[in-house]
Amino acid sequence: MIAIKNVSKWYGEFKVLAGCTTQIEKGEVVVVCGPSGSGKSTLIKCVNGLEPFQEGEILVDGISVGGRKTDLPKLRSRVGMVFQHFELFPHMKVLENLTLAQVKVLGRTPEAAIEKGLRLLERVDLSAHKDKFPGNLSGGQQQRVAIARALCMDPIAMLFDEPTSALDPEMINEVLDVMVELAQEGMTMMVVTHEMGFARKVAHRVIFMDSGRIVEDAPKEEFFGTPRSERAQLFLSKILQH
Amino acid sequence: MDFSVFFQPAFSGGGTYLDWVLSGIQWTLLVSILGWVIAFTVGSVLGVLRTTQRVVLRAPATLYVEVFRNVPLLVQMFIWYFVLPEIVPRALGDWMKTQMPMPEFWNAVLCLGFYTASRVAEQVRSGIQSIPRGQTYAGLAMGLTQPQVYRHVLLPMGYRIIIPPLTSEFLTIFKNSSVALTIGVLELTAQARQISEYTFRTFEVFTVATVVYVLITLTVTVAMRALEGKVRVPGYLGPAGR
Repeated sequence: MIAIKNVSKWYGEFKVLAGCTTQIEKGEVVVVCGPSGSGKSTLIKCVNGLEPFQEGEILVDGISVGGRKTDLPKLRSRVGMVFQHFELFPHMKVLENLTLAQVKVLGRTPEAAIEKGLRLLERVDLSAHKDKFPGNLSGGQQQRVAIARALCMDPIAMLFDEPTSALDPEMINEVLDVMVELAQEGMTMMVVTHEMGFARKVAHRVIFMDSGRIVEDAPKEEFFGTPRSERAQLFLSKILQH
Repeated sequence: MDFSVFFQPAFSGGGTYLDWVLSGIQWTLLVSILGWVIAFTVGSVLGVLRTTQRVVLRAPATLYVEVFRNVPLLVQMFIWYFVLPEIVPRALGDWMKTQMPMPEFWNAVLCLGFYTASRVAEQVRSGIQSIPRGQTYAGLAMGLTQPQVYRHVLLPMGYRIIIPPLTSEFLTIFKNSSVALTIGVLELTAQARQISEYTFRTFEVFTVATVVYVLITLTVTVAMRALEGKVRVPGYLGPAGR
């Protein structure tokens, strides 16, 4: 579904990604972790072309993201993305946030878009808030709206860029619950997160990055058992000791 | 002080001096409002162009802003009225000099409009650039094109953010419209000077002119405040709890 082949990226002289290669199959849930500055957020933004890369190739459903002839908006509309800071549009009501791209990008009728939006709001348990503005919702609620907004487009895969990092601890679980449910339904997911509990529960594979490199790419059991690289062992020992 | 001067028959034209004042107010409003329409439209386009990634679009907009905001308004007024007819193609120049209807008026409108556009452009740019990058990412990630992101995400918030400085700019255009008297537009200040020359009631005449300017700008201020309150985003911008 998503194939990342030898991708390198520089900011000026600084190399942020160094020959990253991995693959995500249909229905697979892959967690990407690593210390800050390791390039994991940059890598996930390369997958739908939000960040350009200079070397290598990324294929999503067989279509090259960096290709000259690629219709990027069309490709992006098929891949859902959820951000650290939610990024709901503050001047639109919750339901309008959900219908905008359905109408403008997919060409659905407003009625169909509203129906779909309401159904997904129901699913994240926020129907009562459909006419509120994002600024009046809690962080956890906003992130659930953001997930619903992405699902409205019937994506073939979902990208999560640190979806719980900006949340108060008490709200993390309500978001993770939605994500676990999605994973169990067979959604293809690439998730940048430090939530190792989530990784343990639903991930098929864990990728560990450091200094722009994919250091470890292993099935979950193996990763949490005995990671092969010292760097990953050190990282795990630091975040799992509590 | 004797304000009865305004009810005396005017030196020419058959009415009273009050009629001269009213006519002056009318031209001040016409020049300012038409100038503002140009300033807002052209300024918005330039402001957007200044935020795009493409140099071919950005560079001309930057050049425009630097030229129009760095030449004194009075000089620009003279250039539009006295110099432009000499440097455009002959036929157009002749038309401007002999057949153009109300040349002082239209040149004043164009001059004020294009001058103020450079200032509006900078405000639109600052409004757009104050919006976090993640908002653009979110729009693009759901498949919107770059123009759609501007239309539905960046501009609606950008305009809201710049309403306070934009109000100042709108007020300034009413005050700057008095410069049009130098090329012969009989707006409020020109009429005030004229009446004072005929009646020697300088104090009374300029008192009235001052009060009228203040009334116009206060009206605009109140209207813009109302607009600001009307488009305020709940839970996001502006003083809390209002």
